[in-house]
Amino acid sequence: MAVDASGASGDVPTVGQGARSNGPENRAPAKRPFQLFRNLNAKIASIPMVATALFVFVGCTLWTVVYSFTGSRMLPRFNFVGLDQYERLWSTRRWLVSIENLAIYGVCSLVFSLVIGFTLAALLDQKIRFENTFRTIILYPFALSFIVTGLVWQWILNPEFGLQRTVRSWGFESFTFDPLFTPSIVIYGILIAALWQGTGLIMVLMLAGLRGIDSSIWAAARVDGIPKWKTYVFIIIPMMRPVFVTALVLIAAGIIKVYDLVVAQTNGGPGIASEVPAKYVIETMFRAQNLGQGFAASTMMLVTVLIILIPWAYLEFGGKKRG
Amino acid sequence: MNIKTSLMAATMLGFAAAAPANAVDLEVTHWWTSGGEAAAVAEIANAFNEQTEHSWVDGAIAGSGGTARPIVISRILGGDPMAATQFNHGRQAEELVEAGLMLDLTELAEAEGWRDIVHPVSLLDSCTVDGRVYCVPINIHSWQWIWLSHAAYEAAGVDVPSNWDEFVSAAPALEAADIIPLAMGQQPWQSNGAFGVIQIAIGGQDLWNSINIDKDADAARSEQMAAVFQAAANARALSARSTVQDWNQATALVINGQAGGQIMGDWAQGEFQVAGQTAGEDYSCLPGLGVNEVISTGGDAFYFPVIDDPDVREAQLELASLMLSREVQVAFNLKKGSLPVRGDVDLEAANDCMRKGLAILEAGNIMLSGDQVLDADTQTQLEDLFVEFWNDTSYSPEEAQERYAQIIEQAR
Repeated sequence: MAVDASGASGDVPTVGQGARSNGPENRAPAKRPFQLFRNLNAKIASIPMVATALFVFVGCTLWTVVYSFTGSRMLPRFNFVGLDQYERLWSTRRWLVSIENLAIYGVCSLVFSLVIGFTLAALLDQKIRFENTFRTIILYPFALSFIVTGLVWQWILNPEFGLQRTVRSWGFESFTFDPLFTPSIVIYGILIAALWQGTGLIMVLMLAGLRGIDSSIWAAARVDGIPKWKTYVFIIIPMMRPVFVTALVLIAAGIIKVYDLVVAQTNGGPGIASEVPAKYVIETMFRAQNLGQGFAASTMMLVTVLIILIPWAYLEFGGKKRG
Repeated sequence: MNIKTSLMAATMLGFAAAAPANAVDLEVTHWWTSGGEAAAVAEIANAFNEQTEHSWVDGAIAGSGGTARPIVISRILGGDPMAATQFNHGRQAEELVEAGLMLDLTELAEAEGWRDIVHPVSLLDSCTVDGRVYCVPINIHSWQWIWLSHAAYEAAGVDVPSNWDEFVSAAPALEAADIIPLAMGQQPWQSNGAFGVIQIAIGGQDLWNSINIDKDADAARSEQMAAVFQAAANARALSARSTVQDWNQATALVINGQAGGQIMGDWAQGEFQVAGQTAGEDYSCLPGLGVNEVISTGGDAFYFPVIDDPDVREAQLELASLMLSREVQVAFNLKKGSLPVRGDVDLEAANDCMRKGLAILEAGNIMLSGDQVLDADTQTQLEDLFVEFWNDTSYSPEEAQERYAQIIEQAR
């Protein structure tokens, strides 16, 4: 559905505008109303929402950025300290570990979610039996909160009574798999849980995208003798671009805000090996009672997002204007 | 709050016509949730329910202080204060007091002569900001203990150690008997605390004072301190197989004889009591790791957030007074395993370990606690450092020492 709509408007952008200017107003050009008052009711109705958005999102973001340059402790105070908070932030091991973890988690989660999600969707799309059942089973984990997911996987990955123990009881005595207790790979233990929880949704999105592809495309590809995998990679995936963008936004938002999963699964441990930036922000603000430092960390998170978002938005929206 | 209180009052009137109109419910938040702790706090609650017309509404927050304090603070800042809350006395509530969010107890303190009865008086000083009293110290907890399991040493066929050196040299025998020499929980505050204990035992009190009180970074980089970090690295190797999280799980390892010992504050004693063990027979304790017999006089205190209701304020003051009364002090501290804050109570029922603590207190071998001298920010940085140090064997003592010195440099 989404595919059709955006595809159509992308191809013929001028039709809509042309139609609008030929509306009833043209019959009475002398009383053409001032632009600001068009759809006045709708505009008045949206004022509260616009104000809330401006105040809550833009206002509070600016406030946070400004106070990240202060030495605020438990309560916000306006004593300007320059870049001190940022210097301290980037010399803190825990923050560096957090950033590194987020990078690993982010890249892996993005790649694996898309690949696994698309593969599962493509497999389900082969007109198999019991498709509904499989779809439900795969989507089910998404109904669980991150806290529950984290707890479940904490138990599964616990060497004392989880997966490792089970495999050992089958006779593989030397089998070792305890990511949550090994600092170097703990972040992958969290990644497994996140993928288990999140790929179902991506799969469903992809499946919807696949169903939106006209069957004549498949027929044409078959007539031309193009192998199935090539059809997927070179024809279907490019056509599903809007679905991929939606999936990308969902996954990216999930990556940046990963917090509860870590709290439930490892609470940052062992040591500080599975810390993430969001947890650093929360804990410096409320446990260490150092708001300035927490604001600096959250500002850095915002900057990271913007660094990725701005070039992308430029490509996505800037291109259309020129074309 | 007002609606809630009056609703409560109305309900109570409905049930018992004799209840006076100004009886209020006080919500008290704390993080005492382990077996021994819960038994201790129930003593205060019962005394409050019986001796006053008000009632105690228990607001226990599971987790540790690290989990509970942010919740408590955000409730107070968010305008939904509880009637009383636990903090470790020291600098944790400093800014809340400065912002005028805590009830001033000075008049009550002067009327009851707290300055004369609280011993050591430094406890009251930690409650005092600009000459005004804002909290009630309730117990003295000291970190500087190691708890040893007699069963574990028996199983390994060695004598129960009487100091840290013997403990270290007995470790291989325990390892051979498949017993963990040193039980350690993985929570950050435990890692930080255990390091502090080793620091006092190996480095001595002067070193501790110059680093933690004078914030002397050179002392933190000194040779003496390097020895402390080396000792901590050795202890880390002894605790390698201990993967439990919570402190009471680690204590349980000692109680069951699965671990030789645990470095933990005297609140661990409550767990031994709940398990029905006797000091001197089933377990022993060594203050200052048997090397430097000093104990810190940190502990818990109750703060009373300002609530704009005279009835509640009245009840808050009654609770404050009750917490410091002789009976409550004795009943509470016996269950908790901590020492009373009054010098003039008689702890006849005190066990072996508590007597050791009382004797050290009597002799004046006391020091300040980390919470009294370092603010939450520095404590959190130290916790981050030590939780990493204890868990990551590739983190060398030298590297950790340098980071430690940096944190001390930044501390205020």
